[in-house]
Amino acid sequence: MSVAWQKDGYEAVIGLEIHVQLNTHSKMFCSCPNRFGDDPNTNVCMVCLAHPGAMPVANAEAVRQSARVGLALGCRIPPHSEFSRKQYFYPDSPKAYQISQYDQPLCAEGLFRVPGNDGFEVRLTRAHLEEDAAKMIHAGGEGGRISGSAGSIVDFNRVGTPLLEIVTEPDIRSPEDARRLLTLLRATVVAIGASDCDMEKGSLRADANVSIRPIGATEYGTKTELKNMNSFRFLERGIEAELERQLEIVRGGGMVEQETLHFDPASGSLASLRSKEQAHDYRYFPEPDLLLVHQDEVVLAELRATLPELPVARYERLVAAGLPDATALALAIDSELAAYLDALATHLNDLKIAANWTMGEFSAHLNSSGLSAAASPVTPARLGALVALVMAGTINQTAAKEVFAALVDDPAATADGIVGERNLATVGGDDELGAIIDAVLAAHPDEVEAFRGGREQVIGFLVGQCMKQSGGRADAKALQSLLRARLAS
Amino acid sequence: MTGLDVIGLTAERASSMLQARDCTAVELASAYLERIELYDGDVHGYLHVDAERTLVDAAAQDAAGTTGLAGVPIAYKDLLSTKGVPTTAGSKILEGFMPLEDADVVARGKAAGLVSLGKTNLDEFAMGSSTEHSAYGPTRNPWDLTRVPGGSSGGSAAVVAAGLAPWSLGTDTGGSIRQPAAFCGLVGLMPTYGTVPRFGVVAFACSLEQVGPITLTVRDAALLQQIIAGASERDATCTGPREPIVVPTAGRLDGITFGVPWAELEEGVEPGIRARFDRSLQIARDLGAEIVDVELPYARHGLAAYYVIAPAEASANLSRFDGVRYGLRVDAPDVRSMYEATRDAGFGPEVKRRIMIGTYVLSAGYHDAYYLQAQRVRTLIRRDFDAAFASVDAILSPTAPTTAFEFGARLDDPLAMYANDIFTLPVNLAGVPALSLPNGLVEGLPSSLQIIGPSHSENLLFRLGAAFEEAHGFDPVPPLLRGGSS
Amino acid sequence: MSVRRIELTTDEVRHVAALARLGLDDAEIERLGFELQSILGHVATISALPIADVPPTAHALDVSVELRPDVARAGLTREQALANAPDPTPDGFRVPPIGS
Ligand SMILES: [Mg+2]
Ligand SMILES: [Zn+2]
Repeated sequence: MSVAWQKDGYEAVIGLEIHVQLNTHSKMFCSCPNRFGDDPNTNVCMVCLAHPGAMPVANAEAVRQSARVGLALGCRIPPHSEFSRKQYFYPDSPKAYQISQYDQPLCAEGLFRVPGNDGFEVRLTRAHLEEDAAKMIHAGGEGGRISGSAGSIVDFNRVGTPLLEIVTEPDIRSPEDARRLLTLLRATVVAIGASDCDMEKGSLRADANVSIRPIGATEYGTKTELKNMNSFRFLERGIEAELERQLEIVRGGGMVEQETLHFDPASGSLASLRSKEQAHDYRYFPEPDLLLVHQDEVVLAELRATLPELPVARYERLVAAGLPDATALALAIDSELAAYLDALATHLNDLKIAANWTMGEFSAHLNSSGLSAAASPVTPARLGALVALVMAGTINQTAAKEVFAALVDDPAATADGIVGERNLATVGGDDELGAIIDAVLAAHPDEVEAFRGGREQVIGFLVGQCMKQSGGRADAKALQSLLRARLAS
Repeated sequence: MTGLDVIGLTAERASSMLQARDCTAVELASAYLERIELYDGDVHGYLHVDAERTLVDAAAQDAAGTTGLAGVPIAYKDLLSTKGVPTTAGSKILEGFMPLEDADVVARGKAAGLVSLGKTNLDEFAMGSSTEHSAYGPTRNPWDLTRVPGGSSGGSAAVVAAGLAPWSLGTDTGGSIRQPAAFCGLVGLMPTYGTVPRFGVVAFACSLEQVGPITLTVRDAALLQQIIAGASERDATCTGPREPIVVPTAGRLDGITFGVPWAELEEGVEPGIRARFDRSLQIARDLGAEIVDVELPYARHGLAAYYVIAPAEASANLSRFDGVRYGLRVDAPDVRSMYEATRDAGFGPEVKRRIMIGTYVLSAGYHDAYYLQAQRVRTLIRRDFDAAFASVDAILSPTAPTTAFEFGARLDDPLAMYANDIFTLPVNLAGVPALSLPNGLVEGLPSSLQIIGPSHSENLLFRLGAAFEEAHGFDPVPPLLRGGSS
Repeated sequence: MSVRRIELTTDEVRHVAALARLGLDDAEIERLGFELQSILGHVATISALPIADVPPTAHALDVSVELRPDVARAGLTREQALANAPDPTPDGFRVPPIGS
């Protein structure tokens, strides 16, 4: 069951519009490099600048990657799709129209599932391919805020970057679910390598359509559009704030107005944005410079067959293997950690123990060191050797921690080497333990008396003493049973 | 004076003179430049001429040793981008604009060694049928300087008719090559859609237009088509011709069946034009062809469909002229008023008219009734032609219902102006090729025959055209020039 | 040429001009309104045709579009890019404030 937002008899109705920049080499409709962070207006051509006579030629790889994403999100890929012109005047749009898709998108309706104990399904309306807009640097203005700016400078490097716009139905019922959906969707797109989905660089952008309605109502309330929530946290907070704002309005007997809002993470407030085309009349019509895009069934089948394991599938595999829901979810959205886990598991050929170490000692080390799983010196092979020693009873947990720390400090060291040098192997041999026990019993006659007199708990004290004598290397279980045997005799 | 008489000189003849070393490319170019100097003041066919640059290019061709058509001069409609040479599209909004690249067709002309004489006048953004809508003043018809040369490629036609260029390139969106060719007694080809690249052609209506030749002879048209036709990686709609273009030789028409859409010829065709047309049918029969009636029931809706679809595409194509990246900018306190002031000052009345129509027919509430409906009519017109070509080899009609009209005659009546393209528009809507060629004079003015063929039938059209051409024995040189020359 | 009566209010004409970002004065609005009425009056003759079942033709060719291999090539230098700009800055294109 999903986590529903419900207050004062109202429920949240949320849909997302997600823009993903595809990581192709070249732009969507021209051969300019598709690259982030270069000097302004250095990755542009006649097409980028919409010079008279410039013509768009669509990027085959962008079409291919879009189809892969569509397949990964459970969308239908129609036999042909069409590019259309979406018209609006704005300095970030050199042609004053964006080449997008209208009634024949590349990816048609789909169903995307967020798995887990409180998982849920969201219908996808479509995913269509389009071109990104230019960047405007607002002299005097701040972070994309436009009003009161003393003019702007346009940088056309970003214009024409391939964008896949993924639109969901308003099936999301809480800000948290919106965040969880976006998280899993991001993980899915990253898993197939279509985009790095870096919200800070803007290669993943999410807008939310938000409305509230009486619980159980079937028709939708007036929705507002939230823009610029450039982190998962901001998305959740922005929607939360907007739901509260709308609830305030209806509580006061007012009516929510349809508008576009801009979330300001600093103040947590929402400001109304001027819309690009006042009349919102985009005058869509088919792009005559591009013919229909036909999809070959054979090619699509091949694309479907060659998709990597997707987060949802991974989640199911891990749960089936007996991992707890939370662990499986965490690994589902973290491909790199999941890959580490799978590698470690093959060394140990025990997924559960591998998961304990991956999520425990290893994750803790990643957090403290700030390293990524792939970058950590503790490779699956090295950790595998360590865990093997524990599983064999050669060392105990206390020693294992010490060995792990040594593996982090010295990338050249091996688990066996460290255990040898520091003499960390457990003391398991009966005679050696026997000697320790004899010494301890001799040193504590009163406690021995007390135990034999029925004070069971004294055994703890005696075990402690023996462990101390062994320098912490004694195998606790063996020690217990041996000690009991001695006391019984 | 070079003493070289280029009046009526075909490109084909010019190339053989060059190869025979009867003249050099520089002498040839100089001869045209001198005539331009002398007569273009009257004709105003050129918007831009750079004699020095032309002579340098010509000298380079001489140095390289002229083969094929290398060294032959040409004029380009000023809708075609020319790298480092001003390209205005006949509009104030592009005054001083310097393209960064050549249009594909211009690049192909250069590759073939053609020497550019300059950029020719046109109706602003190719929107018009008289060249009166140029922001830089009208072009005059060499057959009668009180009359229009047709349009929108009026400059490209006039300079060839006036002996100010051996041949030229125009563009045809609704008749803009064929109608001026008709008014100026020349040959003009609207190629099959998707055979000539549009990259670098300032866009008017992308789904309708192609670049094509305006020439003195059918053979020249084929020669120029050989140069410009072919797929381009810069135009996703251009896959090139299905078969190589063949330069035709005149012959008989035995076994050819022509269709004539009699029903469409009932309205508005001047008697003189009609008489010339009937005579050309007789010529066809004499050459062994059969003439049958064909129905194009939806062709009569072509004008209406065209004046929805073309303005709709144009309204979007012209939105890029916003004063931000190039061209005219009229300063204003905020972006929106800068857009509005710039576009108000930069566009002429006909362009504004079409932007308004196009914006209206695409706007919310009207899109389906106008734009979608026009696209359905377009489907039916294509079906009409498909059905016709199932039973005939080609369709004959006059190119235009009138001869060249006088300046101002239709300027205040847009519909009357549009109606002059009644026979040419359906061809663009269907995307099929059509050849226009001289069909004798009516009261001293050229009339014209249009031969429409199925997609990729250029070679057939050239062959048929050559046959008519020879039978007509038409002299493409206006009497005025005979008087004006030497 | 057949014609249907089309009524366009001045406000409608102004709205269309606003959509098209044409800053027209009252005289132009009036003239264009008149011309639009006559031109639309003619083109509107097709809106009555009973052809709702006919598929619209949006593209001149039915074949699949030619796609481009994903190969990046250097475009223009910034100097070239800015060469035609009416109001260039050292590294970009200046536009007036967005305003309200
Ligand atoms: Mg979008
Ligand atoms: Zn580019």
